[in-house]
Amino acid sequence: MSILEVTDLTVTFPGGIQAVRGVSYEVERGEVLGIVGESGSGKSVTSLAIMGLLPRNAVVSGSVKLHGRELLGMDEDELIKVRGKAISMIFQDPLSAFTPVYTIGDQVAEAVRVHQKMAKDKAAKRAVELLDLVGIPNPHLRAKAFPHEFSGGMRQRAMIAMAIANDPDLLICDEPTTALDVTIQAQVLEVLKTAQQETGAGIVMITHDLGVIAGMADRVLVMYAGRPVEQGSVDDIYYRPRMPYTMGLLASIPRVDGEEGPLVPIEGNPPSPSALPPGCPFAPRCPMKVDMCDDEEPPLTPFAGGRQVACIRSHEIEHKGLTGADVFPVPVIPPSDVVRVPRAERSTVLQLDGMIRHYPLMKGAVFKRRVGTVYAVDGISFDVAEGETLALVGESGCGKTTTLQQIMQLEPPQGGRVVVLGKDSAKLDKDARKALRRDLQIVFQDPMAALDPRMPVSDIIAEPLRAHGRKDVRARVAELLELVGLSPEHAERYPQQFSGGQRQRIGIARALALEPKLLVLDEPVSALDVSIQAGVINLLEELKNTLGLSYLFVAHDLAVVRHLADRVAVMYLGRIAEIGTVENVYDHPAHPYTQALLSAIPLPDPEMERTRKRILLEGDLPSPADPPSGCRFRTRCPKFAQLSEADRRICVDEEPSVARLANAVDHGAACHYAEEIEVITASDDQEEK
Amino acid sequence: MRSKVVLRRLFRNKQARYGTVALILLILLAYIGPYIGPYDWTDKDFLAFMSAPDGDHWWGTGAIGQDMYAVTLRGMQKSIIIGLLVALIATGLAAVVGAFAGYFGGWVDKVLMWGVDLLLVLPSFLIIAIISPRLKGGTWLWFVVLLAAFTWMITSRVVRSMTLSLREREYVLAAVYMGIPRWKIIFRHVVPNLSSLLIIDATLNVSGAIIGEAALSFFGFGIQPPDVSLGTLIAEGSRNATGYPWLFAFPAGLLVLLVLSINLIGDGLRDALDPGSNS
Repeated sequence: MSILEVTDLTVTFPGGIQAVRGVSYEVERGEVLGIVGESGSGKSVTSLAIMGLLPRNAVVSGSVKLHGRELLGMDEDELIKVRGKAISMIFQDPLSAFTPVYTIGDQVAEAVRVHQKMAKDKAAKRAVELLDLVGIPNPHLRAKAFPHEFSGGMRQRAMIAMAIANDPDLLICDEPTTALDVTIQAQVLEVLKTAQQETGAGIVMITHDLGVIAGMADRVLVMYAGRPVEQGSVDDIYYRPRMPYTMGLLASIPRVDGEEGPLVPIEGNPPSPSALPPGCPFAPRCPMKVDMCDDEEPPLTPFAGGRQVACIRSHEIEHKGLTGADVFPVPVIPPSDVVRVPRAERSTVLQLDGMIRHYPLMKGAVFKRRVGTVYAVDGISFDVAEGETLALVGESGCGKTTTLQQIMQLEPPQGGRVVVLGKDSAKLDKDARKALRRDLQIVFQDPMAALDPRMPVSDIIAEPLRAHGRKDVRARVAELLELVGLSPEHAERYPQQFSGGQRQRIGIARALALEPKLLVLDEPVSALDVSIQAGVINLLEELKNTLGLSYLFVAHDLAVVRHLADRVAVMYLGRIAEIGTVENVYDHPAHPYTQALLSAIPLPDPEMERTRKRILLEGDLPSPADPPSGCRFRTRCPKFAQLSEADRRICVDEEPSVARLANAVDHGAACHYAEEIEVITASDDQEEK
Repeated sequence: MRSKVVLRRLFRNKQARYGTVALILLILLAYIGPYIGPYDWTDKDFLAFMSAPDGDHWWGTGAIGQDMYAVTLRGMQKSIIIGLLVALIATGLAAVVGAFAGYFGGWVDKVLMWGVDLLLVLPSFLIIAIISPRLKGGTWLWFVVLLAAFTWMITSRVVRSMTLSLREREYVLAAVYMGIPRWKIIFRHVVPNLSSLLIIDATLNVSGAIIGEAALSFFGFGIQPPDVSLGTLIAEGSRNATGYPWLFAFPAGLLVLLVLSINLIGDGLRDALDPGSNS
């Protein structure tokens, strides 16, 4: 019998905004149901409605049955007994999910005592047990720590401990790993699997990450515009999608094991819930649209093999065996002229030589004294050739952003050299610096924060033009808007009136306004939905080829990097761990950290997710204020753990520098025991044969 | 482009339109109204002390037979200028000092905030008492400057703390990386993003200055008898408000109308500047 039965759930917010329009699903004991969808598709609202956590002015109808008991319309007093006991929830942001003024142990113990009659000391003991279960080291001591003393991954573990405190029957995880780094994500997903085995609970896993779903879920529900559009077993959905939206979604994700070639974007944006199209909500973006699609919204109808699809042409797709790449138009990206010249003969646009950036750690209110140093960037060297994309990857706190800032500021570094387009930043005067800024521009991560909300788009794009005294501002703005695929008529709108992907295009247009030679991209697509992301990645690739740009690209998403970059530098704690061409680093990683990083990325391929072995890293990133002696990675290094005492000596005493590997032209690793291994097996065709 | 878009949004806004029309009417009343009335503001009608409004004295007369209509309008001329100028100077100063202190930080911040704190702890009446003898004989505009000088400090502290968070925004960084001078960034990106606060502050300052000016008049500063302002009229009239309501009602009513119209314009301007509002 199923634990949770949701039938025809709808949620309407004031003003007639239908956030959820008829969601039905069931969750069995021990089963993991993945709910996928882009932002605004109603997946989070659905789970909040089940928990009864929506604001009062939301109208919820339909039925939610837990063990056959109706939850909707239940008294708040009754509901409290269910919440946290029979159903628990794990939220996305583990920092705001804890009260900052109580210790973690107290908060977990509280969760126990709310639902079980238990003495305080017993509850505290149980809390320590739970923290131990989710893999928090020294749980006795850590239980007395406050939330801010925990790292993000540790907090999420504690959140899981709290969620399973009362042996729930159902766990709802709302983007549980979105805020975490990949290696930490792999750890947390592992904990989640343990927690499920321990409690035998059913899990509803809500995420936009198709890789996470592929590894975790048994069944998948795809949502679009507040409605499920396809439901089925994970293999069916990934290998035999029968709804164009699912097909497009799968075709649009860049894969870390993927082939070359442009990504397949889904044109347009998801509809606003207050202005839905008359027929199928996906019809305006669907390449398979026929006139009938506009007549009425197709219901979710049973399809062969226990799955459900909401598309009038699903049988045709089945019959012809169509895939996303067949249906969606594959954009053509003109090739670049520069790459024909060998790399050694091209000019260098950016060169870093042993660059250092340290921050002092100060203490005291009136008389500040220095108590330590944060080694944010501690001697990194790399260069970017003309027409090339170098990606800087690494987890949060590894010094990527500090490196970017140092480059963008064009000030003399604390140590080492930064040379931009042949000009040393230490020798620039004010005018030369301003002149150099024309050739060096940046695109930021968060498209909302990067555009002044109080400026019309035309002013935003015109700002660099006016600052550098260009005359033909109006015409140039229109030209730039067209270049990034926006309509020049939108010039008078404010950034808020654009969607995330469009805003990122505006940011790109602004960066391109002065025709720079080097563009610094700070996680340009990480804040975007997958279907939108593909379009922006293609745009960046196209601009690079047509305008002859060079990119310094910072990202944590290794799949995007593989797709966009020519060379990649992996950073760990302010140093470069491994550097080389994308093919070399991805296919034969030599540094244990790169290997772990690559193996931690979830692949959107259920079959491979089940069979592949992960290299799980222990613990968190050490503090950059107190890096380990010798090799910085040794505290978490799986290789170090296997070495003999004598072999370890060199790792502890001597800091490795990047050494070129013997059998490769452009590949180096900073490891005393570098050894190439294959972590990701190259994928065959991802679609069914 | 921005100014054009904002202006268009401002005039599309109903509130702002009504406010502007009302303000223009009030200004016209203050400056053209005296020519229409039968009496001059210096005239005294010794046959009618404290008489209620009638056909001859439209708004009644005061204790020594002044025509309230002429006197009130004369007061309003002064008060409109005092209110608007004080609000503009005080809010402008608060925005500039707060934004510079917050954006530059370091010693600029220390010096500016030290000055603000000093002005906050010094009793303003004491300083006015010291300065006023030196300004005797000067124009009453000095008084506007002094009044403004003692109203801006708290706002500038708020502006500073808001600037601290604004300067970390990526669009401010983007402007730095474009090579735009820092003072330009402050006026282009920081101050407009504080406009909601500044507009509310300015509209509150208008009424505050008009009322506050009356309080200072007692100390022999500002508008001196026989000259009048709305503030002094309200202060005098409020003593007899129950027995002779017209002494109080007309100046107070005009003050309310004035502040209301400025509030409406302020609200409209805030909406026009804020792209998040739909109006």
